[in-house]
Amino acid sequence: MLFLNKDNFQRDVFLGLLAWLILIIFYFIFPDPGIHDIIQKVFILGLFAMSLNILIGYLGLIAFGHAAFFASGAYTLGLFLQSDFVLNLASFSIPVAMLLAVLVSSILAALIGVICIRLKDIYFSFLTLAFQMLIYSIILALVNITGGDQGLMGGFPKPPFLGIDLGKPFDFYAFTIFISIITIVLLRQIIESPFGYGLRMIRDNSERPAALGFSNQKHKLIAFIIAGSIAGLAGSLQALLDVGAYPEWAFWSKSAEPLFMILLGGMHSFLGPLMGALIFEILNDFVTANTRYYGLVLGLVILCFVLGLKKGLLDWILIKFNRK
Amino acid sequence: MEIFALFDCIMSPACLLSQAAGGLKIGMLLFLVASGLTLVFGVLGVINFAHGALYMLGAYFSWQIMSITGHFGLSVILGALGVGIFGLLFERILISRVYNAELLVQILLCYSVVLILDDLVMIIWGDEFLSSVGVPEVFQVPPLFIFDAIIPPFHLAIIAMSFIVGLILWFIMTKTRFGRLVRAAAVNPKMLEALGININLLRAGVFMLGSFLAGLGGALAASVGSVVSGMGNSIIIESFIVTVIGGMGSISGAFLASLIIGMARSFGAVAMPLFTDGLMFLIMVLVLVLRPQGLMGNKK
Repeated sequence: MLFLNKDNFQRDVFLGLLAWLILIIFYFIFPDPGIHDIIQKVFILGLFAMSLNILIGYLGLIAFGHAAFFASGAYTLGLFLQSDFVLNLASFSIPVAMLLAVLVSSILAALIGVICIRLKDIYFSFLTLAFQMLIYSIILALVNITGGDQGLMGGFPKPPFLGIDLGKPFDFYAFTIFISIITIVLLRQIIESPFGYGLRMIRDNSERPAALGFSNQKHKLIAFIIAGSIAGLAGSLQALLDVGAYPEWAFWSKSAEPLFMILLGGMHSFLGPLMGALIFEILNDFVTANTRYYGLVLGLVILCFVLGLKKGLLDWILIKFNRK
Repeated sequence: MEIFALFDCIMSPACLLSQAAGGLKIGMLLFLVASGLTLVFGVLGVINFAHGALYMLGAYFSWQIMSITGHFGLSVILGALGVGIFGLLFERILISRVYNAELLVQILLCYSVVLILDDLVMIIWGDEFLSSVGVPEVFQVPPLFIFDAIIPPFHLAIIAMSFIVGLILWFIMTKTRFGRLVRAAAVNPKMLEALGININLLRAGVFMLGSFLAGLGGALAASVGSVVSGMGNSIIIESFIVTVIGGMGSISGAFLASLIIGMARSFGAVAMPLFTDGLMFLIMVLVLVLRPQGLMGNKK
């Protein structure tokens, strides 16, 4: 297997399960629903940011339309669970809906990616932005299907499966974190595989891999599809959490959020974007509790990171730690 | 899609003319803002994501000056100048630090300024919509009827003003020493520096000019629409579209692209009211796929 030939797979699985168990215990030590909500969101948005970092951190492509896939995952899941398929599938509805959300997002990423990867630098960024806004416009225009600017209204059922009832807060918490951790472990395998190192090589010097007989375009496209699929998964989890889907999730400012997280956490360490999501969410929670001017504070924090630290927090910590 | 509505409109002189005039107004206002963005990109190589926030600032400044002095012309000119000075400080204090930084760093720096300014104007002017500055008294006359098309005279004035500003810009860029230096700086800044030109001053001047144009667009927009925090967030995306379609760094390209987008918006509103924005992005995608350097841009 191209993706699974790193011998520390078992170690990662072990660490992942350990983290999951710790967070489960955490749930009972701190029974505050506000804290549970933050942790869930950190994982959902962390997945979103980590998926974007495949392109930004490992491939050096500044994709500015990544929320398109987040939204496609959310809308696919929502529309499927609102449809009559739920009556027939009953308890399998949610796993099928999530698989479908990932599948649709990966197909969309393949279609958009195959066109975008032909361009470089700022032109790539602009084309991803244009596609995202095109999808946003389509969501707004198809009022009969998507509910237009109101979003997917009326909610949808969440039938229990395998004894998991996502209507219950604990089940949702454990399920979301479990799915996220599995995805992160798999992503780690991809990033540490020869394929992953191929991406870094393209980022650092695009001519060398081409001279070595590498297909740069194929690598870029596969990375784009993987990134889109994981963003779709994150979107489907967000839709399950909010029992709906909203057009703002496809607006360009939604694509800026994972960029902030990547900046805050660090783009050169694997878990950097996840840490960025943690900082982002804690900041969000803390600031909105104290002032209405969230943008002002977030803007100042970003300014400090851009001009002061010049790298994400985890990147900075790892560099400090390695120096000792 | 109501393609027949579009057909009917094109066949009726009244509808055709009023839509064309509307499109021209949208396009020319957009050109004011987008020309500043493309100028800054062409010379400084920075995608100024905060350009829309400068536009918003122009609207607030002119609203404030209008409420103090009550003089329309003064409010527009001083509002735009104020944004120019703000832009100068912004370039010296922040932008000048990231000229050699990665694209992501530049985007995030500018975006953080957008977040800060959006909240600052709410702190200063409150988060309610401010009602528009209003049309000056000279133009408070019944609309013109040309072939039964209803055309407000003030819209014609906006079109004329934007056109004149475009001409002045063209004159500055092609006929003056400053313009020649600016164009030279876009091609080879190091050489210019070696020849003894103060490149920092030149960059600051260009950024100030770009900010002035954004402020001017905002000040004029304040006279026809309400003023609100975040009003720059849609104009910035439209300016990006214009910049990309016209060719990044090309002012004549921005002019052509602004006209295309203005018409697409105006006639798109007749043909497919729900998909007018989508139409713009479709054009942007097509241009990027078929001719990434833009209609008037140079192939690199």
